[in-house]
Amino acid sequence: MPGIYLHIPFCKQACHYCNFHFSTSLKQKDALLEAMLRELEWRREELKGEEVQTIYLGGGTPSLLDESELRRLFDTIYKWYPVAPDAEVTLEANPDDLTAAKLQVLRHTPVNRLSIGVQSFAEADLRLMNRAHNAVEARTCIEQALAAGFSNLTVDLIYGSPTTSDAQWETNVRTLTELGIPHLSCYCLTVEPKTALDFFVQKGKTPPVDEEQASRQFEMLMDIMEAEGYEHYEISNFARPGFYSRHNASYWQGVTYLGIGPSAHSFDGRQRKWNVANNAKYIKSLLSIAPPTEISILEGDLFEKETLTAAQRYNEYVMISLRTSWGCRLDVIRALGPRFEQLFLKGIRDFILQDAVQQEGEVFRLTRPGKLIADRIAMELFEV
Amino acid sequence: MKNIRNFCVIAHIDHGKSTLSDRLLEYTKTISARDMKEQTLDDMDLERERGITIKSHAIQMKYVHADGQVYTFNMIDTPGHVDFSYEVSRSIAACEGALLLVDASQGIQAQTISNLYLAIEHDLEIIPIVNKIDMESAMVDEVSDQIIDLIGCKREEIILASGRTGKGVPDLLDAIVNRIPAPKGDPEAPLQALIFDSIFNSFRGVIASIRIMNGTLRQGDRVRFMNTGKEYSADEVGILQLSNVPKTELLTGDVGYVITGIKISKEIKVGDTITKVENPSPEAIKGFEDVKPMVFAGIFPLDNDDFEDLRDSLEKLQLNDASLVFEPESSAALGFGFRCGFLGMLHLEIVQERLAREFNQDVITTIPNVSYIAYTKRGEQLTVRNPADLPDPTVLDYVEEPYIQAQVITKPEYIGSIMTLCMEKRGLLAKQHYLTENRVELLFEIPLAEIVFDFYDRLKSISRGYASFDYSPIGYRQSELVRLDIKLNAENVDALSALVHRDKAEPFGRKICKKLKDLLPRQQFVIAIQAAIGAKIIARETISAMRKDVTAKCYGGDISRKRKLLEKQKEGKKRMRQFGKIEVPQKAFLDVLKLD
Repeated sequence: MPGIYLHIPFCKQACHYCNFHFSTSLKQKDALLEAMLRELEWRREELKGEEVQTIYLGGGTPSLLDESELRRLFDTIYKWYPVAPDAEVTLEANPDDLTAAKLQVLRHTPVNRLSIGVQSFAEADLRLMNRAHNAVEARTCIEQALAAGFSNLTVDLIYGSPTTSDAQWETNVRTLTELGIPHLSCYCLTVEPKTALDFFVQKGKTPPVDEEQASRQFEMLMDIMEAEGYEHYEISNFARPGFYSRHNASYWQGVTYLGIGPSAHSFDGRQRKWNVANNAKYIKSLLSIAPPTEISILEGDLFEKETLTAAQRYNEYVMISLRTSWGCRLDVIRALGPRFEQLFLKGIRDFILQDAVQQEGEVFRLTRPGKLIADRIAMELFEV
Repeated sequence: MKNIRNFCVIAHIDHGKSTLSDRLLEYTKTISARDMKEQTLDDMDLERERGITIKSHAIQMKYVHADGQVYTFNMIDTPGHVDFSYEVSRSIAACEGALLLVDASQGIQAQTISNLYLAIEHDLEIIPIVNKIDMESAMVDEVSDQIIDLIGCKREEIILASGRTGKGVPDLLDAIVNRIPAPKGDPEAPLQALIFDSIFNSFRGVIASIRIMNGTLRQGDRVRFMNTGKEYSADEVGILQLSNVPKTELLTGDVGYVITGIKISKEIKVGDTITKVENPSPEAIKGFEDVKPMVFAGIFPLDNDDFEDLRDSLEKLQLNDASLVFEPESSAALGFGFRCGFLGMLHLEIVQERLAREFNQDVITTIPNVSYIAYTKRGEQLTVRNPADLPDPTVLDYVEEPYIQAQVITKPEYIGSIMTLCMEKRGLLAKQHYLTENRVELLFEIPLAEIVFDFYDRLKSISRGYASFDYSPIGYRQSELVRLDIKLNAENVDALSALVHRDKAEPFGRKICKKLKDLLPRQQFVIAIQAAIGAKIIARETISAMRKDVTAKCYGGDISRKRKLLEKQKEGKKRMRQFGKIEVPQKAFLDVLKLD
C-alpha cells in the first residue's frame, strides 16, 4: 500500500507565513532533478516491490516543473516502481502557474489530482501572505482546471488572517462549495518562528492571529461543510464521499511512504528518515557517489533517521488518530503495550467528561469542542 | 619576618585585577606562562563568568629583589560585592598593604572606594596603580589626578602598568618591597592567628586560611578557636601556593593554612582567632563578627520527591559556604522545602545557581524577605522569617523591621537622584558630607527590606556606577507592615506572599499581578490573579481562557516535528506546580521577582 512523496523545493516567491523548505533561486533546478532521479533509483528497495498506491508532488511549488521535467520524473518512477493502475497522483499547484497550456501538459502526465494553493479569494489576504497570484487568478485557475478535465481537485484555504473578515471567510468557503470542489484543506494562519510573518508580527507591522476570530472561522467552516455534505475526515481536511486524499490518509494510518527530495520524510512503520533540508547538500551528496552504492553510506549527509520507541509510536498514534474521523482505537494502543492502555484511559477520562472526546466502544473521537483543542488533548495523553 | 609582604588587591570588576595578578605570578616564577590559565585565581566557574570574586583567595610568591634578598609575598584576592564586605574586612585585617588598581580608561569606580576606605581604616599602605595604560583610550593623567584627589598620594607614587604587556610590573614588585611595611608582631607572644577564609575539601575537611599575627603555629599543636571555644589539633600547617605546601611551622607574619580535621564549615568562622591550648592569648583579634543572614527565602524542590536530595545538596553547599543557613519548612503551595538565610541577594543568586550547576537541583525560590519581629497583643515576641508566620491581625499588636545605615559615596552630581531613590525606599538622610571636592558621602537610615530587591542595581544605574554602597545594621524599628497575598482563582499561593509596607502594598501587588499575567500559560478557563491584604483585594488581572490550539497541518514531515513539540510541552508540564486547576510553571516563581 505504499506511497511516494516528491519534494520540489523551488518557489517563485516566498509566502510570508511559510516555513517549508524551498529556494526562490531556480539555478539548481536541473541538478536537483537529476539528484532526485538518482534517489528514486537507489532507494527503490525500500518499498520492497510493493505496488505504489499514491504519488504526491509537494513543495515548494511542483507546478514550476515543465513538461520534460515532469516526464523524466514520472518515467523514472514508473521504471523502478510498480505503480497501481488506479494510483492517486497528486500535484500541488499555484494558481499563477495553472495556465490553460500548463493544464494541457498536466493532462498528459499521470497526474490525476490537483491540489491548488488558493488560500483566499481576497486581494488583501493574498497580499498579506505575499502570494504570487491575485484574486482573479485564484478563481479562473479553478475553472480552467475543471474545464481541462481535472475533477479530482483539492483547494487550500487559510483562515484567521487579520485581513480575513468572517464574511470574506464565508465567501471563500462558499465559492469552493459552489464550484463543486470535492476536497478542501483549511488551515489556520500560523505564525511560524523565523518566517517573514513572524518578523512582521514581532515588529508590530502585522497584528497577531486573533484566537477568537480563528476559532469562530473554524467553527463557521465546520458548519458550512457539514451542511454541504462534506465529511470532516481530518482536522484540516474536508471531502465529499469518495474524495478523501488517499495519499494524506496513508500518513494518518501508518502506511509506508517514501520521501524523495530535500527535506522529504520517509516512514516504514517503525523508522522515520528525513533528507537534508538544503538543496546544495542534497545535490552534492547524491551526485558525489556512483551507483551501485548503498545509499546507507549517505546517512548523516543526505539523511538522518530515527527508530521510534514504543512510547513515540504511541504518542504519534494518539496525536494523529485523534485528528481523524477514524478515531483512536484502544486495540491499537493495547498492542503497543498494556501501560499505554492504562495511561490513555486515565488521561482521556477528563476529556470525555468535558465533552471534548466521545467514546464508542473501543474507539475515541474528538467532539466539535474537542477539535478546537486537539493538540492539547494529545499532549495530555502523551507519555514522556 | 622582615622579608614578608602581605597585601590585598582592591579593584573594580574588569579593571584587570586577575590579569595583573597573573603577571605577578609569572614574574615571580610562581607559575610558568605555560601553565597559566587565564585568571588563575578565580577558580569557580561562576566567578569567571560573572567576573567577580566570591571567595577570598591567597597565594604566596617568592621574589628576588635587587638588594639580593628573597622576599615572600602573600597576595590576598578579595570579594568585590557588598554582600561579602565582612569577608573583605577580614582579608584586609590580614594585610599590611593594598594594591589599589584602577583602569586607565575608566577611572576610579565607586565600588572600589568603600573597600579602599576599609583598607585605609586598617592603616594599610596603599600602592596606587593605573592599569591598562597601553589601551588607546587610556587617560593616565586624569586617572592619576583622581587617585591623588582620593588618597592624597604623590604623583610619582602612582605606578603605571599594563597587565597585558607586563609594563610596570617590575616597578610594582619594587614598590611592594620598599613601601609595604613588613608585618609587625611578637614572635614570642602567645599565638594569635586570624582566620580570613575557609574552603572545604572533601578529603581533608575544612581548610582555614590564616594570618599569624603573633607567636608561632606548629604542626601538631593543640589549638583553640577563641570565638567558638572549640579545640582541635593542627594536623597540618603550610603555605598557599597554587596548591597547598605543608610546612612544619608558620611564624609571625606568615600567611598560610591550617587543617584541623574539621568537617563542618560552620565550626570555622571567618574572623575567628586561633590560639594555643597551652599558653593561650588573653584576647582575640578585634573585629570578629558572627555573620548573620540578612535575607531569607524558601527553597523548594521542583518535585517533592527530591526533598531529601535537596537537603543533601544544601548540606554539601554549606560545607564551603558557612554563611548559608537553612531549616526545613513546609508550604501549602510548594510542599516541603527549606527556609534559607543569605548574606544578600547576590548570595541568594549564587546559591541558587550553584544548586543548579553543581548539584543538578531544580528549585523554586519564594519571594525573599528579611527577618521581622512581631509583637502580639498578649506581649509575645516572635521572629518572623516567613510571611506565612505573621500572626493574624486580630492578635498582632505591631511589627518591627530591621533598619540599616546605608553609606553611599558618590559624585555631587548624583546626589539628587540618589536622594530620590533612597526616599522612595523609605530612607531618611542622616548625614551628608564632602570627602573631597568631588566626592560626597551620604548616610541614610533605610529598612533593610528595601535594599533587598533592586536597590543596588538601581543605585548603580542612576549613578552610572559611580556610587559605592555599604551598609551596617542599626537595629529594629516599628513599621506599618502588611502581608500581601497572591491568589489564583481565589486560592492563596503562599509561596508568593510577601510582607510589605502598607503604602507600597498596592503598587507592589499590581506589579506582581501584571507580571504573573505574562508568566502564566493560558488555560481552558479564565484565571483571576488577585493581590489581597487580608480579605481586601487591592489588585487584579485576568487571563482569558484559551479557545483554540494552533492545530496546524500534519502530513509526512510534520508528524515527528509535531510529536516532538508536544512531547516538549508535556515535559514542560512536569515542571509545573498545580494550584487547584491552575498550572504554574517553575519559571513563574523565578521571574515574578524580576519586577522592573
